[in-house]
Amino acid sequence: MYGTGIIRGLRITLKNLLLPSRMFTLHQYPDRKVGILWLAQNADINPLKYVLANPGKSIRAIIGLETVEDRQPKHPRFRGEEFTWYEQRCTGCASCAKYCPLGIIRIVTEPSGNAMPEGEKYGIEVFDIDIGRCMFCGLCVEACPYDALHLGSGFEEGTYKREELVIDIDRLRKSRKKPSTWFRPQLEEKSYDPGIGRDVDWTEAGRHESPSSDDQAAKWAKR
Amino acid sequence: MPIRTEPVTINLGPQHPSTHGVFRLRVTFDGEEVIDLEPVFGYLHRGTEKLAEERTYTQIVTLTDRLDYESAMSNNLGYVTALEKLGGIEVPERAMYLRVISVELQRIASHLVFTGFFLQELGTFVTMLMYCFRERERILDLFEMLCGARITVSYMRPGGLTQDAPSDFWPALNDFLEDMPGYIDELEELITRNEIVLSRTRDVGVLDPEVAIDASISGPILRASGVQWDLRKADPYEIYSEMDFEIPIGATGDCFDRYIVRLQEMRESVKIIKQCVDKIPDGTVKTDGAFFMRPPEGDAYGCVEAPRGELGFYIVSDGGISPYRCKIRSPSFINTTMLRDMIVGGKMSDLIVIFGSLAVNMGEVDR
Ligand code: SF4
Ligand code: SF4
Repeated sequence: MYGTGIIRGLRITLKNLLLPSRMFTLHQYPDRKVGILWLAQNADINPLKYVLANPGKSIRAIIGLETVEDRQPKHPRFRGEEFTWYEQRCTGCASCAKYCPLGIIRIVTEPSGNAMPEGEKYGIEVFDIDIGRCMFCGLCVEACPYDALHLGSGFEEGTYKREELVIDIDRLRKSRKKPSTWFRPQLEEKSYDPGIGRDVDWTEAGRHESPSSDDQAAKWAKR
Repeated sequence: MPIRTEPVTINLGPQHPSTHGVFRLRVTFDGEEVIDLEPVFGYLHRGTEKLAEERTYTQIVTLTDRLDYESAMSNNLGYVTALEKLGGIEVPERAMYLRVISVELQRIASHLVFTGFFLQELGTFVTMLMYCFRERERILDLFEMLCGARITVSYMRPGGLTQDAPSDFWPALNDFLEDMPGYIDELEELITRNEIVLSRTRDVGVLDPEVAIDASISGPILRASGVQWDLRKADPYEIYSEMDFEIPIGATGDCFDRYIVRLQEMRESVKIIKQCVDKIPDGTVKTDGAFFMRPPEGDAYGCVEAPRGELGFYIVSDGGISPYRCKIRSPSFINTTMLRDMIVGGKMSDLIVIFGSLAVNMGEVDR
């Protein structure tokens, strides 16, 4: 019968409007406006007290200027922006550069001069990643045999110029060490979450224990 | 002398909200009636097949994500199936189960996108689209748990998967499986018996089974025409032979059947995932050494039932680190071949409905 479809549709729309489990969650990007009640609740005091204590903020909240950061939570495995790189772990083997499908990693190690003593590694002079072209596939991270390169956990890191998207070695050294746990079971085992966790030190980031000097001596003496 | 009337030729696209990408239809109208139609594509050509010739076998997985960007998991699976046939790689059982789970989730996601856009094209503006995308969001969240990305997943590798599912994946998946049948009921209640939808889609764009088979149409469009052909049953890959599920088929092969077949396929997918969750064994999900694979000389064709039809990869190897040739049989491309025959003779308002019911994806048509 004509017309019943509309009634059914209206019922479902109403259900979606009212049922909390079916409501659309609206995320105002990137920040969410908050009122006095929310602020007071957050500070865990009576709203009246809050207004008296923070008159400036209350006025801002009333006219809708007070915002809090509101981001969608990301899974720790999220393959995010800005790589996390540990210089102490990196040997300059360039496996990552070789496995990148787009060839956007450039690595130059310093010349060895004399033959390197065993156990030493090359210093890295250049480590550029052009993340303007990166698709965050993670193959470089998968290929890294020493767990030196990790995907980052960042998001919304847009810039105005393409040059600013080329990450060089200084930026990699300085960047926050909050690696994504993608392809890094050792971090996942510790239930590390880059969104809320602390920075990870290079000693924790590896899959393998670093050999003690006794181990090394024993191993190399045998050869 | 009487005044002569002339047919009018209109370009629909390349930039048109209903063409799902950049696609051009050169349509000739005589008043309301379509008298000629010529599809023009190639606007999204990225040379995937050629690019594949200079990538290593593992790197190509990232290219397949971008074919049919609404069902990246299925593309991954199609590619690695062909590659495993070529290289003779055994896949661990747990990996096969996880593959089937992710591919069936992708099928639900893809069909949800179809339902949303199909209704959008019938003129419901964004209501249905929002409903469907809300459900799909949960699947994308599950993918984020599995592999850290939502659309360009790159989850599968020759010989298995990148990594096992995290521990919080299973409860989230179970929650989703519990809610999904309810979501489908809701969609069905909104759409299936709606008079307007019925009058716009019933007996519109009918495709006869014989014609569909001759044109090698595959996927839900073929099944809507009443042909019971699904690679998951006809040539079971992974662990589909152990699964218990039905293949829904349509009665007449019109636009409505194409919608209803997809809706029922979503229900079957939920059923398959539930069985997988019950049966999944422990163990590894990777094969050692397959990351740096170098298959022997030869060629192999592997195909899977992607949400849009039979997706096949034909890989020729010369023994090197990258394929000599990688041919992609994309379902969307072949499903568009019957477009002219379905639309010509119909009305102008049916054009978009028929095109929408095919659910072609331009990333796949142009490759
Ligand atoms: S994530 Fe992929 S594209 Fe980006 S640098 Fe690594 S290998 Fe290259
Ligand atoms: S980051 Fe890893 S793969 Fe790249 S050069 Fe350093 S150790 Fe080698």
